[in-house]
Amino acid sequence: MSELDDLYQEVILDHNKSPRNFRVLAAANRQAEGYNPLCGDQITVFLQVEDGVIKDISFQGSGCAISKASASMMTTELKGKPESAAYELFNNVHHMLTGEPGGDSGAERLGKLAVLSGVCKFPARVKCASLAWHTVHSALKGEQQPAKTE
Amino acid sequence: MKAMLQKTDGMMAPEKFDVARVRQDFPILSQKIHGKPLVYFDNGATSQKPQCVIDAIEHYYRAENSNIHRGVHQLSERATAAYEAARGKLRGFINAPSDREIIFVRGTTEAINLVAQSYGRAFLKAGDEIVVSAMEHHSNIVPWQMLCDQVGAKLRVIPINHDGEIVMEEYQRLLNDRTKFVSVTHVSNALGTVVPVKEIIALAHGRGVPVLLDGAQAVPHLKIDVQELDCDFYAFSGHKMFGPTGVGVLYGRAELLEKMPPYQGGGDMISLVTFEKTHYNVLPYKFEAGTPNIADGIALGAAVDYLRALDWPAVIAHEDRLLRYATDALGQIAALRIIGTAKEKAGVLSFVFDQVHAHDVGTILDQEGVAVRAGHHCAMPVMQRFGVPATVRASFAFYNTIEEIDVLVRAIERVLKVFG
Repeated sequence: MSELDDLYQEVILDHNKSPRNFRVLAAANRQAEGYNPLCGDQITVFLQVEDGVIKDISFQGSGCAISKASASMMTTELKGKPESAAYELFNNVHHMLTGEPGGDSGAERLGKLAVLSGVCKFPARVKCASLAWHTVHSALKGEQQPAKTE
Repeated sequence: MKAMLQKTDGMMAPEKFDVARVRQDFPILSQKIHGKPLVYFDNGATSQKPQCVIDAIEHYYRAENSNIHRGVHQLSERATAAYEAARGKLRGFINAPSDREIIFVRGTTEAINLVAQSYGRAFLKAGDEIVVSAMEHHSNIVPWQMLCDQVGAKLRVIPINHDGEIVMEEYQRLLNDRTKFVSVTHVSNALGTVVPVKEIIALAHGRGVPVLLDGAQAVPHLKIDVQELDCDFYAFSGHKMFGPTGVGVLYGRAELLEKMPPYQGGGDMISLVTFEKTHYNVLPYKFEAGTPNIADGIALGAAVDYLRALDWPAVIAHEDRLLRYATDALGQIAALRIIGTAKEKAGVLSFVFDQVHAHDVGTILDQEGVAVRAGHHCAMPVMQRFGVPATVRASFAFYNTIEEIDVLVRAIERVLKVFG
């Protein structure tokens, strides 16, 4: 597979075309905005957290295929998970995206999210993939400032 | 494009521009990217450098390196002479009346900040108005916003139409007794529009208002004559006109520069310093505090030599042909929309796809060896005006070829295939 096919895998193209949970969440009790000043990608993540569990999650915004697919997959992964698991997943995804190509990315531990591992070969695109994750991190922490990838 | 044709005195120059030979002057162009020949269409961000510019930098550090304007030794005299000779070449390049009006700066951004802080803080006050256009680069917006915060002035913005052209009637309406400065781009970096600056200047001067032109995107494409334009300030960067990064020029009318206070204090910009009082140096040194970027200034002079040796009517005709060919070829791709369709354009083709984001396009084009810019081009208000988050921008230089545009078209076909 070429590096390009590695980046734009079927799953990513599908999430880009039909993003899951792409809506405003009326019952949200936490939300955060994320912004990538370099490319203008912007995203809002909505969370409904009850008793430490993410009951529901959604997102809105505009961005490239990588940022949209990453956000879409993130929502499907985090729905129903405890907050602590979300933090752990954030760390693992961050490790995978910023790792050395060919190194131990830990991708095998990430299940479906492993399709994002091709991004680390495209340094200029890492921030596209990590934006949604930084944003959900701020939302969970209840931070007031928009999340940035810088 | 019309403006560029007029520059050839109404006739298309014959096909005597030897692009293959010119390309040999630029060593970087012969390399491969991802195994494919480099197609460099990011000239709006920075241009490539001819061998003579690279040689000038090396020669300076090998044979002339020393500080200028102070040493009595021979190396310093040689470096000073080379640096001042470069100033003279730049004066000739834009046909300024005097070397005193050529101030070396880091680039266009510093040039505009210099005028905003020196002229602006001295001569603008609360309630005054500064006029810019809706297609400025951030570097011709933010320095004026900073000045507005400092002195209580107001920024007024000339709207652009859907083709990306200045709406002249709106500009006329904006001019009033409170207008104290006009600062507009000569060629838009995001859209390629050639702005009718002579008309803009004439209207401002009718009210005694000085005008600065941001020439960063104009100098690589048009012949610049500041006397014919009748502008008060002209700012441009070396690296976009085939010279090095880190050096640029502010041209200013001597009578205005004389009245303006220094921008920065330090060495070189003084004639006498005591703890009681400091006397400032004469023009242009009053505005050149500290040891300047000597090597790159000299190399920018070499870039001017290179450009002046080219057959400009042929260069302009070649670039015009590139832009027309690219506009036609990309215009035939149904999923693609060109942003910036002004009648008079130079060097830039910006476009978007309904279903594919500019960054995804940029990544796939790169895999085909094609370097473009994808993003907001430091002109976020332009993106907002056209309701797009970002565009793909192919920006051309005279060393680009028709064949390279064919490569771009094929690469775009691959984008559409991936995103089918």
